[in-house]
Amino acid sequence: MSGHDSKYFSTTKKGEIPELKEELNSQYKDKRKDAVKKVIAAMTVGKDVSSLFTDVVNCMQTENLELKKLVYLYLINYAKSQPDLAILAVNTFVKDSQDPNPLIRALAVRTMGCIRVDKITEYLCDPLQRCLKDDDPYVRKTAAICVAKLYDINAELVEDRGFLEALKDLISDNNPMVVANAVAALAEIQEHSSKPVFEITSHTLSKLLTALNECTEWGQVFILDALSKYRAADAREAENIVERVTPRLQHANCAVVLSAVKMILQQMELITSTDVVRNLCKKMAPPLVTLLSAEPEIQYVALRNINLIVQKRPTILAHEIKVFFCKYNDPIYVKMEKLEIMIKLASDRNIDQVLLEFKEYATEVDVDFVRKAVRAIGRCAIKLERAAERCISVLLELIKIKVNYVVQEAIIVIKDIFRRYPNTYESIIATLCESLDTLDEPEAKASMIWIIGEYAERIDNADELLESFLESFPEEPAQVQLQLLTATVKLFLKKPTEGPQQMIQVVLNNATVETDNPDLRDRAYIYWRLLSTDPEAAKDVVLAEKPVISDDSNQLDPSLLDELLANIATLSSVYHKPPEAFVTRVKTSQRTEEDDFADGSETGNSESPAYAPDSSTSPPASSSSAQYAGRQAVAAPAASAAPALVPDLLDLGLDNSSAIVSVDQPATPAGPPLPVLLPAATGQGLQISAQLVRRDGQIFYSMLFENNSQIPLDGFMIQFNKNTFGLAAGGPLQVPQLQPGTSASTLLPMVLHQNISPGPPSTLLQVAVKNNQQPVWYFSDAVSFLVFFAEDGKMERSTFLETWKSLPDSNEVSKDFPGIVMNSVEVTLDRLAASNMFFIAKRKHANQEVLYLSTKIPRGVPFLIEITAVIGIPGLKCAIKTPSPEMAPLFFEALENLLKS
Amino acid sequence: MPVAASAIYFLNLRGDVLINRLYRDDVGGNMVDAFRMHIMQTKELGTCPVRQIGGCSFFYMRISNVYIVIVVSSNANVACAFKFVVEAVNLFKSYFGGAFDEDAIRNNFVLIYELLDEIMDFGYPQNLSPEILKLYITQEGVRSPFSSKAAERPVPNATLQVTGAVGWRREGLVYKKNEVFLDIVESVNLLMSSKGSVLRCDVTGKILMKCFLSGMPDLKLGLNDKIGLEKESQIKSRPTKSGKTIELDDVTFHQCVNLTRFNSEKTVSFVPPDGEFELMKYRITEGVNLPFRVLPTIKELGRTRMEVNVKVKSVFGAKMFALGVVVKIPVPKQTAKTSFQVTSGRAKYNASIDCLVWKIRKFPGQTEPTLSAEVELISTMAEKKSWTRPPIQMEFQVPMFTASGLRVRFLKVWEKSGYNTVEWVRYITKAGSYEIRC
Repeated sequence: MSGHDSKYFSTTKKGEIPELKEELNSQYKDKRKDAVKKVIAAMTVGKDVSSLFTDVVNCMQTENLELKKLVYLYLINYAKSQPDLAILAVNTFVKDSQDPNPLIRALAVRTMGCIRVDKITEYLCDPLQRCLKDDDPYVRKTAAICVAKLYDINAELVEDRGFLEALKDLISDNNPMVVANAVAALAEIQEHSSKPVFEITSHTLSKLLTALNECTEWGQVFILDALSKYRAADAREAENIVERVTPRLQHANCAVVLSAVKMILQQMELITSTDVVRNLCKKMAPPLVTLLSAEPEIQYVALRNINLIVQKRPTILAHEIKVFFCKYNDPIYVKMEKLEIMIKLASDRNIDQVLLEFKEYATEVDVDFVRKAVRAIGRCAIKLERAAERCISVLLELIKIKVNYVVQEAIIVIKDIFRRYPNTYESIIATLCESLDTLDEPEAKASMIWIIGEYAERIDNADELLESFLESFPEEPAQVQLQLLTATVKLFLKKPTEGPQQMIQVVLNNATVETDNPDLRDRAYIYWRLLSTDPEAAKDVVLAEKPVISDDSNQLDPSLLDELLANIATLSSVYHKPPEAFVTRVKTSQRTEEDDFADGSETGNSESPAYAPDSSTSPPASSSSAQYAGRQAVAAPAASAAPALVPDLLDLGLDNSSAIVSVDQPATPAGPPLPVLLPAATGQGLQISAQLVRRDGQIFYSMLFENNSQIPLDGFMIQFNKNTFGLAAGGPLQVPQLQPGTSASTLLPMVLHQNISPGPPSTLLQVAVKNNQQPVWYFSDAVSFLVFFAEDGKMERSTFLETWKSLPDSNEVSKDFPGIVMNSVEVTLDRLAASNMFFIAKRKHANQEVLYLSTKIPRGVPFLIEITAVIGIPGLKCAIKTPSPEMAPLFFEALENLLKS
Repeated sequence: MPVAASAIYFLNLRGDVLINRLYRDDVGGNMVDAFRMHIMQTKELGTCPVRQIGGCSFFYMRISNVYIVIVVSSNANVACAFKFVVEAVNLFKSYFGGAFDEDAIRNNFVLIYELLDEIMDFGYPQNLSPEILKLYITQEGVRSPFSSKAAERPVPNATLQVTGAVGWRREGLVYKKNEVFLDIVESVNLLMSSKGSVLRCDVTGKILMKCFLSGMPDLKLGLNDKIGLEKESQIKSRPTKSGKTIELDDVTFHQCVNLTRFNSEKTVSFVPPDGEFELMKYRITEGVNLPFRVLPTIKELGRTRMEVNVKVKSVFGAKMFALGVVVKIPVPKQTAKTSFQVTSGRAKYNASIDCLVWKIRKFPGQTEPTLSAEVELISTMAEKKSWTRPPIQMEFQVPMFTASGLRVRFLKVWEKSGYNTVEWVRYITKAGSYEIRC
């Protein structure tokens, strides 16, 4: 009984729309119906057929139900773009809502609710009121949902017209499907309302629990989800509820099962009798396991939820670890989640079996899975003390296979094992060292280097091993550099012989002078000072005993866990994030600790250790706890090192001006460092950093002079070349005499329109600086167009419109920025406003946000800006209209820099 | 919130939209572009079925050559969403008469739109029973051209039946001959180590039912499971007959089964839908009778030669036989030449899946055919890493055999009119994921 609708997709290319128009107005019914089908087909493939609105709506007055439905479908899609024409449909809707056929009555109400046009909404109220009291349950169940639709469009209207009361009455309806839909609608309204709309009393509770038995599967989900918010008064009530919900665990629909589990877990909190709890745990295990024989996507959802459930109640699945063994053909996302749960369920009793499995997985094909399996072995070692030795022997076996990524992953976890069991398994270091040359991943390298540094006294050739890494020091990633630095210092403190001493010179030089990484430089300076002032103190700090780590990786905070368990089966439980973290529309009370949960990347895999650059004594550990421990270990040395920061204690023969500047120059405006325009190397030791800034409506040249030469410098003067904007110094440059090793910053007021250079606009600003001791230094700067935007650039809407209209189209310039993502309108607007681009209005076009802004540059030249983007999707379009369109490239360049950062 | 979807898209493998239906206003009209750009065109495809892009979340499933994508922006019920997709696909299949693929969708897009409007309202799933929907959502092709008014004529009680307590069966069915067919279909999942110890083994079974019964019959099914039997003997206060009883780890039922009664009385009683449906599913882990044992020995002789010996032993009754037995024995990618000797069936080397495939069409019980093969490999210098051996996989069907030992004890049918019914019961055991590591 297959259809042949595909013919409607084939089109006659030429004049398609006029042709359709003609067919829609045909006198023959069949032809009209075919035409509507063609219109729907065109709509589906994304063609714009909104111009046919009137013609399609004319087909609405039909007896043919199929045709009617097609027209309604068209209306749902296009009514919003043609609100004035949509009114044409109202009469038919109202008429249909009184049709003798209940299917048509329901259809009319259902469709009207989907048309979000104010004029239509006004007319919806009366039919809806009637339909809520219709004799036919099919119409009532449709009307119930329609109230939620109306609430979404106009909440006030729903409250004023008494729809909420009507909806509450439906909870007592004799038809279970009407009850279920009414519950769904009320629950949704409650979610978006701050007033108590739908409070479940013990009376409604028992009524709904009874309805549960007669509902469709989906209705059961609605009811269970709504009831899971109910808090029982005492243990007895909780037990009663649970007793009536447990039969649902046997349902074939996974959503029913998960919602039932959610509700049972909620009520279990109140139940005090351990027998009852144990019994419930026993009852919940089999249905949870059965979910794993569903479609892989459903398995994934189930596994993410089980992950939460076993954290709360480990006993439920304690004996079921075998069902989480991976099948060879499981999709990768199922395997990854199973592995995570296996680690959670691993115990002394089953560890042998589990290790055999992990070992098997470690030889599979998928690299990510293999890595995770190796890591899992390490995590079991950390978790189960008695099994640690077996875990390590498995890891050693795997290292012997010599598969590169297996070896690297093994080394990363072994480092954690050393942290967990100090002075126990160091005998295997020799084996690890054999694989030294094959390491090419930063984390593995960093881990190995940490091991070498930490056990330098037991590794005879530790210095040689480290030296082999040093050659490539400048090219290494920051993570490895930090570890190399620390490891070399450890080596030096443990074996203060000649070799290590030379090494440390090299490393410190590399890590201070040659690097741009402030973390590395800071750490190096701290070590350097420690070593030069008090080697014993250095020992105390660097070789301090580290706190023992434990494996609570991927364990959620208990309060978060409870919140997630209350959201079983929903997205929140899959992402392991509270709903507020990813839903923007929730109107419930605001949480303050929203950003506390860095866990859980977008993919839903929570295994994404963010590398903490500050863990100095330990490399970024693979488990979160180790990271934390690492950080603690750093805190202590940092504190004890603080006094050493007093600059005159040091005589390192090095300029560490960058460290001192902030102490000397409290007047330096806070903010990002100024770009270096004249490096010390070019300026015979004089370094100049500068940038144009706008402050209180005035443009300044913010400059920083650093004297790295051997002589004091004085008599500074500045000159600007002709430039597009005619920028020039508004006064003399006031810089005091600069002693060697000191610096000074200044804000030079600037004036405009002095020496304007002809030619096309350019951001080039050429500057000359001289002093009494050195030759004249020339350097150039790029002017950010943003500094010209005046504080009074805000326009009234009407002025904006007038200006826009008054300017010829030739003054409009637009540009696409494919690389820019607008993640939030508010943030973008804030950022633009900070640069004096003022928000005028916004509108939504399809899913695109269109923003209108204005700004003004000196001499009162306005810029009218239109920004078009889809939230969250890269690609932003900007159009500007201005009397000075020649400035557009500068504007776009500035805007791109602003939004990119 | 039990909302399952704000929008649903059907896409072909190229990413063209076949069907799109927006249920809510909170997601943009062309979110599908985001899906194409961030999932379909990247390596992400297939790595995770739930993804967040921007402010929206996407759930997707691939069914034959179609992606079904659900978009939401709220904290939707994911379990509900996926189950909805599965059920909707079943519904479409039942309408199209089998296949669900790109062509079927294009050929029935009007019908699909009509169904999508009916089975989900504002993101909330409604009644998805094919049985009931077919009462009032009909296809042009089915209707006679002379009664083009058929659809307009209100089907008596259609709306009452959609919302009724027995929302899966229509009233007034009449059959000349009242028959019930029961199929007990079991899949055995096995994971065996190379040393022959069972690592994981379970049976997932389902009872498929085909009912051709008049009126509104009440059915009651009795199995030889332990809990049911114990309960029965309690009620009748007489000891159960000796014989094998089965302990079911878990059972789930079709929505027609009265769960409350199952919970209290342990009986499976229900008013069945008309035609074919899945009555129940169960899972068993204890006391599984494995139909086959596989004993592999694989020897790597130097770098370029392998010797493979596999013995498959059938452990079910000698009078029974298995059908369509396939044993897939993995070999390394660089296999160059193979030669076989089999005592039964035929074997060949399939390079596209890197396996020796040994097929035995009819495999009697209590026999043990063997395969011995010699495999020559191309020697490669690059491949330093030793070959990771995937498990041997097996496919089979054994009629009239249940790995669990489950048996139907009775099926009682009550109907007001008191007609007689004929019941047919069949058993079959299939391979689920039957893997032997080597």
